[in-house]
Amino acid sequence: MDTLLNNLDLFTTGFKNTGILFVFSAVFALILGTIVAAMRVSPVPAMRAAGTVYVNTVRNMPLTVILAFFALGYPKLGLVPISFLSAAIIGLSLYTATYVAEAIRSGINTVPVGQAEAARAIGLPFLPSLLLVILPQAFRSVIPPLFSVFIALLKNTTVAAGFSVLEAGAIRQNLSERGEPAIVGLLWVALIFVLLVIGVLSTLQRYFENKWRVAR
Amino acid sequence: MTSQAVAPALVELTAVNKHFGELHVLQNINLRVQKGEVVVVIGPSGSGKSTLCRAINRLETIDDGDIRIDGKELPAEGKELARLRADVGMVFQSFNLFAHKTILENVTLGPIKVKGVSKSEADKQAMALLERVGVGHQAAKLPAQLSGGQQQRVAIARALAMKPKVMLFDEPTSALDPEMINEVLDVMVGLAKEGMTMIVVTHEMGFARKAADRVVFMSDGQIVEDAKPEEFFTNAQSARARDFLSKILTH
Repeated sequence: MDTLLNNLDLFTTGFKNTGILFVFSAVFALILGTIVAAMRVSPVPAMRAAGTVYVNTVRNMPLTVILAFFALGYPKLGLVPISFLSAAIIGLSLYTATYVAEAIRSGINTVPVGQAEAARAIGLPFLPSLLLVILPQAFRSVIPPLFSVFIALLKNTTVAAGFSVLEAGAIRQNLSERGEPAIVGLLWVALIFVLLVIGVLSTLQRYFENKWRVAR
Repeated sequence: MTSQAVAPALVELTAVNKHFGELHVLQNINLRVQKGEVVVVIGPSGSGKSTLCRAINRLETIDDGDIRIDGKELPAEGKELARLRADVGMVFQSFNLFAHKTILENVTLGPIKVKGVSKSEADKQAMALLERVGVGHQAAKLPAQLSGGQQQRVAIARALAMKPKVMLFDEPTSALDPEMINEVLDVMVGLAKEGMTMIVVTHEMGFARKAADRVVFMSDGQIVEDAKPEEFFTNAQSARARDFLSKILTH
């Protein structure tokens, strides 16, 4: 307990940054992932191809490589300078979006084809059909896999510790510098992660599952 | 055909062909439906009648030939096609009501999002249509809470809400329990009497006799006969049609 209480500043800063990384990355990944999923079911072949290439390349790259690119490679390109925190958010968003896209695409495939035909038959073009009829039903069936993706994202944020972002994954290093026992610090970090997942994400998941239960 | 001095047909199919792989499902189909006509398409399963119906609003693409609605050729894709579909009402065998929307929202979605009707106006028109098909009191429910017959009547109201020029019915009663078939057919007979142009794929011979102006008999991807109902039922010309009728009319 002393390890936690004596270094509360470290833990609060660390988990605050973890929270920032998670919330921003989750929102961007959800938006980007939905767009990519839409591209992958679009009637335009070029869109489908672009979506497929994006998912297959980014999803198959190790997250450390992606973060290394944005933290270390990107600044050398001489473009708009970004902070390490922003770099981590961009990297995590791009990486997680591929998993979000695949989860949503599987949800789109669960919506009976008659729903899309009925939407087209009343004159809705592709995008409104998708937004008004298909996606609202697809989201319901992808809540569990989508939350698995977000739980993975929450834990993946610790990779950013390797790229100069002081978040939860960096707490142990800093504790060691202060002469605290590393193993105790690590256990505290693990415990807080478990509490975050059970207390926040699982609760949210249950809420959405109940709210969007489909009557069939 | 163009030399005929008749009014242009509302729905006009000329030399339409379609293959599903090896299977030639639509073989050189020619069909003209005038405004206000009710055409019933019958035939054994696999004869291509549903494909024909779905091709008219391009839910099925065709390999070659020409389909015109009100003189305009069916556009291939995009906004033009969506606009044309808004003029062609479609009722499916499996209802296909939007599962996540209420009955009222099912009917108002098209008018609001496609035609830009205000919500209050769309609600008013939708309620009138729902009353007309006898499900007004169910407006706030979800589709899954209604019986099949009620769902299909809502589906008809949803199509009518777009004020279509022609209504397509793709086996509208085939997924219904027997006691619910008549409630749907009654709505359709009412529509026919009001002068709606209708193309109906069905096995309901009673409806064909009562409401149809013409019966089109399809078999193996071809239109084999095209006649007035009485003429067709009492004096079918082809052996295939007589064989089909003998199978369905004996009991």
